[in-house]
Formats: sequence, structure tokens, C-alpha cells
Amino acid sequence: MSLTDRTALELLDALARGETTAEALTAEYLQVIRSRDPQILAFLHVDEAGALEQARAIDMRRSRGEPLGPLAGTPVALKDVLCTRGRPTTCGSRILEQFVPPYDAFVVSRLKEAGAVLIGKTNLDEFAMGSSTENSAFQITRNPWDLKRIPGGSSGGSAAAVAAGEVPLALGTDTGGSVRQPAALCGVVGLKPTYGRVSRFGLVAFASSLDQVGALAHDVADAALLLGIIAGHDSADSTSVDRSVPDYHAAVETPVQPLTIGLPTEYFGGGLDREVESAVRDAVRVYQKLGATVRDVSLPHTPHAVATYYLVATAEASSNLARYDGVHFGYRAKQYDNLIDMYAKTRGQAFGQEVKRRIMLGTYALSSGYKDAYYLKALKVRRLIRDDFDQAFAGCDVIVGPTTPAPAFRIGEHMDDPLAMYLSDIYTISANLAGLPAISIPCGFARNGLPIGLQLHAPPFEEEKLLRVARMYERATDWHRRRPPR
Amino acid sequence: MPDQPYHTVIGLEVHVQLLTRTKLFCGCSTQFGLPPNSATCPICTGLPGVLPVMNRAAFDLALKAALALNCQIASFTKWDRKNYFYPDLPKNYQISQYDLPFSHDGWLEIETGEGKKRIGIIRVHLEEDAGKMLHDEQGGGRESLVDLNRTGTPLLEIVSQPDLRSPEQAKAYLEEIRLLLRELEVSDCEMQEGSLRCDANVNIHVLQPDGATAATPIVEVKNLNSFRAVERAIRYEAKRQYDEFQRTGQRMGEVSKATAGWDEDRGVTIIQRRKEEAADYRYFPEPDLVPVRVSAEELAQVRASLGELPAAQRVRLQQDYALTAKDVDVLIQQGRPFVAYFEEVARRAGDAKEANNWVTNEVLRTLNERKLSIKDFPLSAEALAGLIRQRSQTGLNMQRTREVFARMLETGSSAEQAIKELGFEVIADESRLRDLVRKAIAANAKAVADFKKGKLKAADAIKGAVMRETRGMARTELVQQILLDELKNS
Repeated sequence: MSLTDRTALELLDALARGETTAEALTAEYLQVIRSRDPQILAFLHVDEAGALEQARAIDMRRSRGEPLGPLAGTPVALKDVLCTRGRPTTCGSRILEQFVPPYDAFVVSRLKEAGAVLIGKTNLDEFAMGSSTENSAFQITRNPWDLKRIPGGSSGGSAAAVAAGEVPLALGTDTGGSVRQPAALCGVVGLKPTYGRVSRFGLVAFASSLDQVGALAHDVADAALLLGIIAGHDSADSTSVDRSVPDYHAAVETPVQPLTIGLPTEYFGGGLDREVESAVRDAVRVYQKLGATVRDVSLPHTPHAVATYYLVATAEASSNLARYDGVHFGYRAKQYDNLIDMYAKTRGQAFGQEVKRRIMLGTYALSSGYKDAYYLKALKVRRLIRDDFDQAFAGCDVIVGPTTPAPAFRIGEHMDDPLAMYLSDIYTISANLAGLPAISIPCGFARNGLPIGLQLHAPPFEEEKLLRVARMYERATDWHRRRPPR
Repeated sequence: MPDQPYHTVIGLEVHVQLLTRTKLFCGCSTQFGLPPNSATCPICTGLPGVLPVMNRAAFDLALKAALALNCQIASFTKWDRKNYFYPDLPKNYQISQYDLPFSHDGWLEIETGEGKKRIGIIRVHLEEDAGKMLHDEQGGGRESLVDLNRTGTPLLEIVSQPDLRSPEQAKAYLEEIRLLLRELEVSDCEMQEGSLRCDANVNIHVLQPDGATAATPIVEVKNLNSFRAVERAIRYEAKRQYDEFQRTGQRMGEVSKATAGWDEDRGVTIIQRRKEEAADYRYFPEPDLVPVRVSAEELAQVRASLGELPAAQRVRLQQDYALTAKDVDVLIQQGRPFVAYFEEVARRAGDAKEANNWVTNEVLRTLNERKLSIKDFPLSAEALAGLIRQRSQTGLNMQRTREVFARMLETGSSAEQAIKELGFEVIADESRLRDLVRKAIAANAKAVADFKKGKLKAADAIKGAVMRETRGMARTELVQQILLDELKNS
């Protein structure tokens, strides 16, 4: 296996043993990006000079015997919705095409402290709004397993970059499934932490009560390592929880025994692709062979999750995106007659269709006369969705099901049917509404060669258990070792 | 107002800037008068990815104010977003409080012509301030400029019940709020600097022939830049509404509330618009901030830190020192440290009236001339008390005593020392004085004659002569006594 097919932990070991240097490793990844990314289009910006400089600095420290962080020399890609000081952060939008933040996101600082090599910013659906990365203002990222298909979204660039061997680790963000769904469609591991586990400072807000930074990696052990680096309290984020961070990396190899798995009856109804269902049920059988008990659970408010999400998330987004008005930063229209005209032209010209659609929807849901029926009602249903999970977890350790209703669809297939696009979030959305940690891991392939993902949920702040259970499956299978054809 | 065909109803909305070092949700300075856009950061300018963090000191100051305004304090309170677009509001939403303000249902007592009156307070809540815009007032078509320094400054919004009944009451209410909040160091309440802003909601109730009253539509008057402007504007607006009611007969409820701007130069209110509907701010709970819980212990602590409030202080000073309400008002207006100084002087000198006299005249004048606050005043309370005691013992007259005062200020010496240094020695020797009086009587035959004719004031001329002879050192009352005695016997 070439270096760039290895996991981050394998690479850290290779660096420690002197099999390679950080600079050589980074150069190799840059070469993969140069040769593959013109087809994959995962990256919006690649920082060649900066990455090599960071790598050289790590090598220097190592040669001097100076202490090194837990990710020293490992290239990491960042979804372009995470602020990087002095480097462009576009959120996949024309309105921020020229924006260069004067600050790093909290998670970016943590990565720098850990010695990661920040190699570039990846493509996304504009402002993280979408499930296919087709809503990016700049380019459509391709699924490395089939270049005619979408990689998923909104963190499509980060997932594709890992899957294509352009980078061993990446950060994405997950508001309704935007880390887990592209992970499933690209055959990699995607983890969303509990809401409040990871600081949102520097994560450009889409939906404040749903957004979380997530980890994308080749396997669960890598995801555990990465989570350990970015998790923890941040006083600059009032929604960040002050709770100690377990050593996920140290714990991940220990299986959970006894283990009870809950299967929600609502997740196996109509609309689920036969091959996906089959792969998921096979995965459940693997767990049974490992000694797990399986029981049916019910999450009765599941049918209302998508509607609830598209009211709460869009309401928050309509307010969060109000600041993009051309007044004191970002794009401003060249010609306008007055203030209102400036606002209208700036936002009209520089926001994409999906962003506008969601702003309109959210504004409507909050409007006088509609707010009670839509926004406030949605908050109540959200509470009920959380209660469903709390009740289900009383009888099981983890809740298991499919990550997506189907494998990756073709580019352009859903673009004129936004609702069909929204419904593809059905399995991932509840974890965001309930604030729970959830992970997607590879569990098979469809006949057409596209990956299938298995999703696991755990109770709040039980990422350690979640990762250990996910790792159990990984050690018993090898889906996660497969790589797409070059 | 018995002879007026209507009575005026006023509710005031007051915004005060809190005296915190830093803004409500970030660490930027709140200092007034800094160069434009120099006291900003990514958080208060709403750049992508930033998050607010509540300034606890601001919240505590707000609690103090609300307790002093006799409000109920909510044990659970939250922040809400008020959404609207304007260039001085960088996020295009303001973090404020909507349905669960941190305090509500309080009151403030004011003095009116007819005695004390309680003005109800509906709510007091916290919110962040917006920035400032500079427009091309000449209509020259130049761009408007935005200064975001003020964005994020903590504001306390105090909403009164419509309990005020006259422009004078409105002014008294504002003055009392200013006094209270300055005393508590919550705000410096300077309308000129914008740290106190006021909008007045005004309507009138017109007496009808059948004895009932008709209420006119409410007008919200804005752009009031001084307490005097508030008074003038309300007076004008009430009359304007009466005239309009005579013409149109329009009542409250028939048309929506209007906004009016006060034109200070022309002395008129100008109706800006009557909106068909209230603006829709699409309030929803601020998802980036957690709700605030106030425990009983915290509340008790804040309550204990309030100290004596002006209302209680007024009563106590009048009782303890036998001062008039007017005297007390002058003292209280100067703030707590000044009152404390007065009390110390009064206690040490054993004479509250004299203490009050000196403190509100000589001391205050000196402070104003030298632009000092009482804590920087060179004479300690003991030193001033010493002067008062000296004067009472020696009978030194007022003019000379002022000279001693000035000397004490200059050299820092005690009253006794200063008197010696100046060579002031009160002549109280009766026989010596009697000699001087007799000499003066002999030298002022006309005055004596006038006095005997009944012109009692003529004696002053003779007294004056004695005072001149002694270079003002004669003990005045003794001279007066001896003089009258001699004149009687002459």
C-alpha cells in the first residue's frame, strides 16, 4: 500500500520510525492532489508552500528532539466553512469569494497545536446548505468511486479528498448529516460529535443550534484520534460544554461487552434502497456474531424530522446570513440606486439558488402570523424527537441503521427537485435535532460499486462508547480498507 | 390641570449605556469619543464565524439598576434576536430580550407639585447598542459613513407605564433616573454623549360633553437630546394633538401609532409616518447564548451592594440633620461621596446647618471652579469641621473666615494654624471694645442722632467704623451688643 493509502495512525508510526519525513509525506500528498484533483475537484484552495513549510518545521522539531503534538506531520484538509487566519474562506459562495478571516477557528488552532499540516480548503455546498456539493458556487466535486456521481454534501470536498487518497484526515461540518452522508457515499468514516462537544468558534454559522464540526477519516481509530484533538470547552463559544474529554484514542480498541443494539422500526420502511437495507442487516448480523443483543426500538416522530429540521435550520440561517449585505465586508454589487437596492442586488447576485430558497423559507417560518404554526411548533416537535431517543436509549447502548436511503446518485439527478434532495437526509437529520453523537462507517458496496454506510447513534457525550462499538465492526470486516480505483 | 380641556398621558422609554469597561458580548472598549472604527473586533462587527460571550459585569450592573427600580427579577431569563437590516447593525440583528426580560414590574417615586407620585415601570431589559451613521445632511449625494465603535455597547432599556401626566413630571422622572443610576455607578446618563436616550409616547384624553374622555392616537416622539427638549416636545405635542383632535376627532385605535421627530430649532414635532403594521422583527431565542439563571444568593448579594438610595437618603438627611427638602436636594444631586463628606463635617463640627452652608457654598464653588470631585478636595472633613468649630468659638466673622478657608486650601494648614498665619485674632475683650465703641460714637454724631430718631440701621455705620478700626477682628456680635447698650445709655 502506498503511503497515501494509509491511515493517519499508520503514517504517524511511519514518521516516528523514520520511514519517511513530514516534508516527503506532504510532498507525496501534494502530488496526489495535483494528479487527481483536476478530476475530483475536492479542493478550492491548496496551500502548497504553506504546507511544505509546516512540514519542514515538524521535521526540524523532530530532529532536535523537541516535543511533538499528536498529529505532527499529518496532512489535514479543512472544509472551506472553517475560518483560517490569512487564508481564503469562501463557504463555497461568491459573497465571500474574497474573504480572508483575521482569525483561526478554534478547531484550526487545535490542529496547529497538534502539529497537523494544513494542506488546503475543501469544496462544499454553499454555506453548508445541500446534500450533494452541487450547490457550490465554484465547482462540483466528484465521487472518487464514480466521477459521474455526487460525493454527497455538504462536506463533499472533505469526504472525497479522504476517499481519493489526497489527504488522510479532514474536518467537515454536520448540520443535518453533512459529514455522515458524504462519508457513507464516499466509503469513509464520518463522525458528528454531541452538540457542544466541539467549539463552533470560527465555524461560519448556518444553523447555530445544529452545526457541529465533524471528523472524516479512513477508519474509526483515526476518527477517534482526530476527535480527541478538536473536542473540549472553549470560553469563546457559549454553547460549548465544559466537560472533560475522554482519551478516545486510548479507549477505541476496547470492545463494548455486553452490547445491546437498537434497530428503529421507522428506519426500515419504504424509500430505503434494497441493497442498502441488505448491507445494514448484514452488518447487524456481524454484531450479533460478536455477541451483541439486537432489539427493535421505536422513534415515532421520525416522519416529522425533515420538516422540523427545514423549519428550525432555515429560520436560524435566515438570521445568520443576514450579515452578508455588502456593507462592511464581502461582495457588494457594483451598481445600485439606494440602500435597499444595494442589499437586494448584492444578495441577489452573490447568493446561489439553494441559499436564497432557505433564507426565504426561514424568514417565512419566523414571520408574524406564521411563527407559531411553523417555527414554534417545530421547536416543540424537536423536543419530542429528542425524547424518542432518550426513551429508546433506556433499552440499548447504540441505535443502528442506514446512513442514507440510497448510494450516491448521479450529478444533476435531483437538482430540479429540492424536496427529493431534502428527503435524502431522513436518517441523519434526527441526530442533529436531538444533539446526539453519530457516526457513519463503511459497511459494503452496491452492485454498481458505490459504497454503503452504516450509521450508529449514542446518547449525549458517549462518543467513547460510540467509537468503541464502531471499531468492533471494523476489526471484524475490511470495507474500510478498500480504496477507489485511481 | 382643572382648567384644561384634556389631560396628557406620557410613557417614557429610556435607554442608558452601562458603565462597563467592555462591551456586552466582546472585549472591546466602550470608551466614548474614540476614532471611528477603532474600538471594534470580529465579534462586534459580526464577521463570519464569530460568537457572542456575555459580559457578566454588565448583567450584574443591570441587576443593580433593576433592584433599585423596585423591579421583580426573573430567576430565568434569555436573549433573543431582533432581526432588521440597517448599516449600523452589522449582523443585521440585535441581541436583545423579548418575552422573558430579566426584570419587570417596578416603580420609581418622583416629586410633583401635588406631592410624591409613583411611576410604574413595565420592564427593564438588556440589549446591545448599534453603531452610528453619518449622513450627508446637505443632501449633497455623498455616501453615508458607518462608525461601529458603539456597536455592542451594553444598553439598559427602561420602559415606564403611561403614568406621567405632565412635561414637568416627565422631566422629574428622567432626573430621578439619572440621579439613581449615577449614584449606583450604573451609567453616567449624559444625554449629550448619548449615554441616556429617551423616546416619549404621548397622547391626550379630551373631556367630552357627556363627561367621558376621548383618547387620541399615541405618537412616539424621538430625537430628544436633552431633558429640556423632552419637556418642550411633550408640551408642544400635547397641544398639537388637541388641535388635531378638534379638526379630525380621530381616536386611539382608529389609526395606528405614529412616530414623530422633535425639531429642536423650530420647536415642533414632525410626524414621520403612521405605519399600517408594526415592524416584524421575527424575534426568536438567540441560539448562540445560554439562558441566565439568577439565584436567590446572587440577588441578595446585589441587593446588599446597593447602599442607601436617593429616596431613603432624602428622608434620613431631613430627619437627622433638620435640613429642608431643598437643602437635601442640593446635597443629593452632588452624589454619594459629597453627601458622605457633608455628614462627616456635620458630625465633627456638631453643627449640621453650618456644615451644610459651607459644603453647599464654599466647597461646591471651589470644586466647580477647579473642576474637582469631592474625593480630590484638599480639605478633609476634619479640617473643615475644625474651621467651623474655630469660627463658633472665636466669633470670627464670615468674610475673615472665608479668607482662612482660602488659606487652608492654599497651604494645607489647619484652621487654627491658618488663623495664626494670617494674624487674625478676634478681639473679644469687652472693655477694649467698649472703648472703641465709645470713640466711634463720639466720632459719628450724625449717625447717633439718626439712630435716636428711630433709624435703627444708622447704628451699622458706627459698627462699621469699629470694624474698620479693628481691621475686622472685633467680635461682631459683641460689638453689636455693646453698641446698642452704649447708644441706649448715651
